[in-house]
Amino acid sequence: MIVAEQKPFQEIRGLIASYEKILVLGCGTCMTVCGAGGEKEVSLLHGALRIAQARGGDESHSFLEYTVKRQCDSEFLDVLEDRVKELDAILSLGCGVGVQTVAARFPDTPVLPGVNTTFMGAAEELGVWDERCAACGDCRLAETAGICPITRCAKGILNGPCAGSKNGKCEANKDMDCAWTLIYKRLERLGQLEKMRRYYPPRNFRTIPRPRRITSKAGIELGGANG
Amino acid sequence: MAKSLFEEKLNSDRFLVTTEVGPPKGVDISEMVHHIELLKDKVDAINITDHQSSVMRFPSLGGCLLVKEHGGEPILQMTTRDRNRLALQADLLLAYSQGIRNVLCLTGDSIDVGDHKEARPVFDLDSVQLIVTVRTMESGKDLGGTDLKGAPEFCIGASVHPAADFIEPQLIKFEKKVAAGAQFFQTQGVFNFDTLRRFMQYARQFDVKILAGIIVLASARMAQYMNDNVPGVIVPQAVIDELAGVEKGKGLQKGIEIAAGLIKTIKEANVCHGVHIMAVGRESIVPEILEAAGLGIGAHV
Repeated sequence: MIVAEQKPFQEIRGLIASYEKILVLGCGTCMTVCGAGGEKEVSLLHGALRIAQARGGDESHSFLEYTVKRQCDSEFLDVLEDRVKELDAILSLGCGVGVQTVAARFPDTPVLPGVNTTFMGAAEELGVWDERCAACGDCRLAETAGICPITRCAKGILNGPCAGSKNGKCEANKDMDCAWTLIYKRLERLGQLEKMRRYYPPRNFRTIPRPRRITSKAGIELGGANG
Repeated sequence: MAKSLFEEKLNSDRFLVTTEVGPPKGVDISEMVHHIELLKDKVDAINITDHQSSVMRFPSLGGCLLVKEHGGEPILQMTTRDRNRLALQADLLLAYSQGIRNVLCLTGDSIDVGDHKEARPVFDLDSVQLIVTVRTMESGKDLGGTDLKGAPEFCIGASVHPAADFIEPQLIKFEKKVAAGAQFFQTQGVFNFDTLRRFMQYARQFDVKILAGIIVLASARMAQYMNDNVPGVIVPQAVIDELAGVEKGKGLQKGIEIAAGLIKTIKEANVCHGVHIMAVGRESIVPEILEAAGLGIGAHV
């Protein structure tokens, strides 16, 4: 899933400064799960913004709040159609994809990002998220025992560890495991160390040129909700 | 014919000595030139570091040109941290055209340990792929498969970490570097003779020359700092204790003594093909280390 962090409160206040009527818009999917911009966070942020402006003796903003099922699908945004006409701006707590989908859907309304979209990852423990996929477009997890060196090695190198691994930790961040230590140990466990002995040529950064697009209509039934 | 003076020396049976000179942060190159002048006739080749520890400096290529200009034999340290495959190949073309014929292929330290932490890490290639790149260019093609108008030739070096706390994956990578075409290795710092001997028992099966990396420590604090902060350096506690045991102000002297003693032991045991002395910002003490190790002028060159 996509993981994000809510922007610092003062930055959010700066973003909305020049707008009067603002919709704080949450997203019911990834942002809800990672706690950056679901219904609960929308409500908390809404409250905090109101308190901050009351304390400052500044009543220039009025706020609405709403959380859609998914901001990254245009059809889930239809419910906002009537509300948006009255707005000066939308403060989206969706990921970067959500923000852009909302912006495309409502071309006359400024859309402001309330979160910093950070990575695709999984929860390591409650409230701790770790990056797991860099969406490189050329998955090689079969060769690396299901542990991604592109994502989890600070250098994203393909032919084994650098010399900076100490106590199984990464030279760039001592809290993080050295991906190549993990890969070696798991390949050894699977009896597949020969995969690490192979030479891997330089990456192809053009697997899908940026901006990336995938066209695939197979298996999609027209008219269905597909989501 | 040998590709470089240094390759010729690698092919001899002599015990080789290389050292490194770090370029300045700024345009005042006088100290670097002084170090080059001081060392060029005392060692077999001088490495010029490439933004060592990810700290922005005068470039390695520029330093190597100065080594050439002053009559020394340069080894171009080249990391893949800051340049993509186009820039790396271009610099190799420039280096060759200016008479630089030795290249040490490294991945490079992480951006996070340096002084430009917000910079974009490149790592388009890794060290093994850089070795393959040099060999590809020697065949007359670039990495895109296009013919080169004039192909370069290099004596290729690489790095290995005999003192790594988890050695098996490091050895796999070492073998990949050998297979890719590395001819010589300058190891990460080793402080313990037995560690080196164990590594060499394994490495002797490969047709490559190994120069043991010798880091000169100036104090127990520096040793501890390197353990905590410098990638690829693991100073054993015994060495830290030895440094901690001397009176204040005598640390560097002890460090020189330790380094010289280790070099002497390595040479006498004939365990590997030479040493690579890393004085880490104290290049001017290298002649003293060589004297103390019995490798002073006359004894060596």
